[in-house]
Amino acid sequence: MADHSSGHPANPIKYYIGVFLLLMALTALTIFVAQFNLEKTWGPLNVIVALTIAVIKATAVVLIFMHVRWSSRLTQVIVVSGVFWLFILLAFTMSDYWSRGGWPKPGLGQ
Amino acid sequence: MEQQKEAGMIGMWIFLLTEIMFFGGLFLAYTIYRTTYPLGFLHGSHLLNVPLGGTNTVVLIVSSLTMAMAVYYSQLGERKKLVFYLVLTLLLGLVFLVIKYFEYAAKISDHLFPAMGFYNPSATGAHSVPAELQQPVRVFLWIYFAMTGLHALHMIVGAGILITLIILAQRGRFTKDYNSPVEISGLYWHFVDIVWIFLFPLLYLTGFHFTGSGGH
Repeated sequence: MADHSSGHPANPIKYYIGVFLLLMALTALTIFVAQFNLEKTWGPLNVIVALTIAVIKATAVVLIFMHVRWSSRLTQVIVVSGVFWLFILLAFTMSDYWSRGGWPKPGLGQ
Repeated sequence: MEQQKEAGMIGMWIFLLTEIMFFGGLFLAYTIYRTTYPLGFLHGSHLLNVPLGGTNTVVLIVSSLTMAMAVYYSQLGERKKLVFYLVLTLLLGLVFLVIKYFEYAAKISDHLFPAMGFYNPSATGAHSVPAELQQPVRVFLWIYFAMTGLHALHMIVGAGILITLIILAQRGRFTKDYNSPVEISGLYWHFVDIVWIFLFPLLYLTGFHFTGSGGH
């Protein structure tokens, strides 16, 4: 989308205000939802809802406040690769723990 | 000049990738221990102060907006507005740290700091924690202090960067054609905000729906 040299929109303030309002609304939403025990419905539902909201917030900050939406393709690839490496760290370690069996130990607070 | 600026921004992004892995290790530890001690994390999270944590979340979101405004006015070369928004961002960062200080002080006086002989949940703060969960809760508190402590350290560094920027901006060092330090510092500030975006629900809200002992 980098149409001219710096690639920024002429008036980004309306984007900034928009992201700000989105962040405030999602903060209120995540606190509101956290009051309910969704784990009765499905074990990990609380944390899934909380993380989904957090990922949306983080994406908005990265794209607009950090200008990645208007950055060069190279910058965008670097950002995505960073998130991908974090995914590798978490996914491979956790799959190792789970695949060895006996973890988490029943009785340790379950 | 355009190429130099691009190189500087990419250099900062590479640094931020190392920061993602730095915090990533702690998020990994969080995931492993939360899976191992789900009830310990529920009780531990319930000990944290959601109104203060929520206030700090709002403070950081506003500071991200003011930082974005500072970067915008540095691009326009408007010195006065740049300084104004940098000062506002610094003040909000300091508000965050002051609130964090009071949170830490309360945890320490409740004997909930998990090291150096402070930890004694039966003394005050944590009557509701059953005896068999006191060690898992201690693990949660370790992770809470490690993650928020590292984050607070980044906030302190950020405040130092902002003070430097304010001095340089006052001297008129930044112009329409040269504002890379402001933009690069902006990336750092927003990154620290993103870390908190994940810390707040994972640490403070995990036990928010929890109403007391048993019944889970």
